[in-house]
Amino acid sequence: MNIQEVLKAKKNEQLFLLGNEATVRGALESGVGIAATYPGTPSSEIGDVFSKIAEDAGIYFEFSTNEKVALEVAAAASVSGVRSFTFMKHVGLNVASDSFMSVPYTSVEGGMVILSADDPSMFSSQNEQDNRHYARIANIPMVEPSNPQEIKDLMKYSYDLSEQFKIPILMRTTTRVSHMRGVVNTGVVSEPKKKGFFKRDPKRFVPVPSTAMVMHKVLVEKMDNLKQVTNNSPLNQIINRKGKVGVVTSGGAFNYVMDVIVENQLEVNVLKLALSYPFPDELVLKFIEDLETVVVVEEVDPIMENEVLSIIGKNGLKKIVHGKLDGTLPIVYEYSPNIIIDAMEKVLDKDLIKYSTNESQIKLPERPPTLCPGCPHRAAYFSVKSAVKLLKLENVIYPTDIGCYTLGVSSPYNAADYLLSMGSSIGTSCGFSKATNQSIVSFIGDSTFFHAGIPPLINAVHNKDRFVLVILDNRTTAMTGGQPNPGLPVDGMGLESPEISIEEIVKATGVQFLRTINPLNVKKSQQTFKEALEFEGVSVVISKHPCMLIKKGKRSDKLLEVNRDKCDACSVCLEELSCTAIFTDEDGTVHIDPQLCNKCNVCVQVCPEKAIGIKK
Amino acid sequence: MKPYNIYISGVGGQGIIKTSTVIGEAAMKSSMPVVMSEVHGMAQRGGGVSTELKIGDSYNPIIEKGSSDILISFEPVEALRAIPKISNKTSVIVNKSPIYPFNLRESEISYPSIEIIIEELNNRSREVYVVDANKIAIESGHPLSMNMVMLGSATAINGFPLKKEIIIDSMKENLPKNSLDINLRAFESGFNFVKSGII
Repeated sequence: MNIQEVLKAKKNEQLFLLGNEATVRGALESGVGIAATYPGTPSSEIGDVFSKIAEDAGIYFEFSTNEKVALEVAAAASVSGVRSFTFMKHVGLNVASDSFMSVPYTSVEGGMVILSADDPSMFSSQNEQDNRHYARIANIPMVEPSNPQEIKDLMKYSYDLSEQFKIPILMRTTTRVSHMRGVVNTGVVSEPKKKGFFKRDPKRFVPVPSTAMVMHKVLVEKMDNLKQVTNNSPLNQIINRKGKVGVVTSGGAFNYVMDVIVENQLEVNVLKLALSYPFPDELVLKFIEDLETVVVVEEVDPIMENEVLSIIGKNGLKKIVHGKLDGTLPIVYEYSPNIIIDAMEKVLDKDLIKYSTNESQIKLPERPPTLCPGCPHRAAYFSVKSAVKLLKLENVIYPTDIGCYTLGVSSPYNAADYLLSMGSSIGTSCGFSKATNQSIVSFIGDSTFFHAGIPPLINAVHNKDRFVLVILDNRTTAMTGGQPNPGLPVDGMGLESPEISIEEIVKATGVQFLRTINPLNVKKSQQTFKEALEFEGVSVVISKHPCMLIKKGKRSDKLLEVNRDKCDACSVCLEELSCTAIFTDEDGTVHIDPQLCNKCNVCVQVCPEKAIGIKK
Repeated sequence: MKPYNIYISGVGGQGIIKTSTVIGEAAMKSSMPVVMSEVHGMAQRGGGVSTELKIGDSYNPIIEKGSSDILISFEPVEALRAIPKISNKTSVIVNKSPIYPFNLRESEISYPSIEIIIEELNNRSREVYVVDANKIAIESGHPLSMNMVMLGSATAINGFPLKKEIIIDSMKENLPKNSLDINLRAFESGFNFVKSGII
C-alpha cells in the first residue's frame, strides 16, 4: 500500500493499516484541521504519516519543539473552533502535563483529542507508566481502543463526544495496539476546517483563582453527566456467555482474553470497556451482580481492579476478585497470550489448550541495538574518551539524554552514567557540578536540546556551574525515525522553514567556551574536547554531522580495506571504536564489511598502524 | 478459520516489516482475516526484530508459545531465539548467513556454528529449509532482495495459506517500481529452491 492511501481511500475500502496509520485516517474522517506532536515511540508513525499527507489533505501539521507546545497549539486551535489533535508517547504527556491539567478547566470549542501511546514492557522508553492515571488526575474522559479499526472509529466518536460536552478526550493506546496491523474499513474523509475564530471570554478561558473555582465545579458536573454515557454506550460491551466467571478488560488486554475464551469455548462473560473513564460504575455493577468470580485483565497498573473492589465494597457484595492485587496476574510488564492462559487456568482450575513448547539448551549471544556504522556519535564518543585519557582524568561523570546516543551506555563507550528524562543531561550536570568535584561531560542531541535543553543551560551559566556539554547535532530526530527539528530548514509538512541556530542560542546564554566540530575529524575533535575539559566553567562543543541514515545515497563509492601487511591486530578499531562494519575472521584477521561500511573514515584516522585505507 | 501463524525474525534493516506487510496485504486481498504485530523503535539499530502474523480468526496478533505454523528467519541465531514459538509441527525456513552481534568479542557466549544451529532446528521442528538467501539475492540483482528470496521460499511450503499470484500482486503494490524486477526474480528463485526440495 502506498501511504497516500490513508488519505485517498474512498468510503468502504479495505486497508491493511498499522494502528498509528489508522489513527491518522480517523483524524481525517473527523475533519481535524490542526495536528501537532513531538515524535516518540510508540506514537512516532502517526506524525510520519501526517507529515506526508497534511498538505494534500488541506490540514496543518507540525512537529512542535516539545509535547507541551504541541498540546498548547492544539488547545488554542480547539478554542478557536477548529478540531485539533495532539499525540505523544506516554512520557511525553508528563512534559505536556502542566497545560494538560488546565485544558479540561478552560473547556474546548472544536473537538480535541489527546492521544497517549503507552509502552508496557518499555520497548523504547525509560519507564512503563500507566497513563490511565492521567484521566483521573485531570478529570478527562478516556477511550481505549483494542485494534486499528477501533482506533479509527473511536477517533471519530471522540470528536463528537468532545464537542458535545466541551471537554478534551484522552485516547490511550499501548505499543501492541499502536504497532498492530489489521484490516480497516474506511469511512468518508471530512472536509477539514483549518481556520476558526477565537471569541474572547476570560471567564471561560483564563483560569485565575476566582474563575478556576467555577471551572472546577463545572468540570466535575460534566464528568458526572459523562457517566451516563459510559454506563450506557454500546461501546462498553457485555459479551454474555452464561458464565459465573466474568472478565473486566480494556485495550490490548481484551484481545488476549477473547482468544483464550473463544479457543477453549469457555463459559466466561466479558465486559470490554472502550470508554473506560469516568468509570461506568452502574454498568460494572450490572455485569458483576450475577457472577461469583470477577477477573480484571488490564495493563499495567491495577486501576480497574481497584474500581471494581470499590464497587463491591460500596454495594456490600460478596465476590471473588482476581487480578494483579492477589497475584493472579503479574503487576509489571505487558501481557501475552500465555500469561492470560496461565491466569485463566488458575482462576477456572482446569487445563486449557496449550501447545507443546521448546526451550533450546544452546546459549545464544545477545543482540542489543547499537550505533549504526559511520554514526557521528561513535566518533564523538571515541574522541571524548581519548581526550579524557590524555588528561589522565578519573571518575568522570557522563550525564546523558534521550536519543540514539543513549546507546552510548554500552561498552566500549560507557558514556552514559545518569538519565532521567528529555533534557535531564544538562539539569543533572548542574547538580553534579555543585555536589561533586568530579569532571562532567554531558551529552544531548539537537532535537532534545530544542525540546528541553535550553532552560537548564541558562541555569548552568547563571549559577556558575562547570561541565562540558556536547551537543550531538546530527541534523535530525534520529531515534524515532528521522523527523525534522527546528535546527533544519524544513518543517513538519516538508515546507521551507527558518533554521534556528544552536550556536546562536548557546551564545545568547552567555557561555564563554563554544566550539563547533566535525566529529569525523578525529584529531581536531580530540584537541577541542581537551580544551573544553580544561576550561573552568560551562564549555559547549557542538558536534555537528548528519546522521548516516539520512546521508545515505551520497556515500563515496570508494571502499575501505585493511592492509594485511600493516595491521598488527592491535584491536583499537574493534575494541575502542567498535564500529559494527569492522569484524575479524576466524583466524583473527581484521576486515571491513563493504555492505555495512558508510565510509566515515574514522577508523582510518584511529588506526595506530595506518593500516586502513581506500581499496585499490 | 483457525489462524495460520507466521513468525518472522531477523535483524533490524533486513526488510522484515516490509515482507510481513506484503504477506498481510495478500491475506486481505484473499478475503482472509489477518492481524499482525511489528516492532519499531530501538530495535531498528541492529538489534533483533520480529513480526508475528495470524491469518485467520484471531483478536490478538501475538503468537502463543509453540503455535507457529511457519518460522521464517532471516538470520540463523535469530531462528534459535524463536524456538519457544515453534513446535514439531512448525516448518522452518532459515537464511544461512550469520550477522554477528557487534559486542560478540566481549560476550561470554560465542556464536554457535551453522551446523549446530541447523541440527537444533531440525530437532525442534517439522522440517527445515536452509536457504543461501544472500547469495540468491545477489544473483537476482541486489543483496537487499534477500527478504523476497525468503518470502518466495515460504510461499512454496506445503500448507502456506496464500496463493503465489496474490503474493506477487501484493509485492507489486508494496515494493519500489525500479527494483521490482529484481525482487520478483529473487522471489521466484526462493520459491523454486524450496519447491525443488519438496518431493
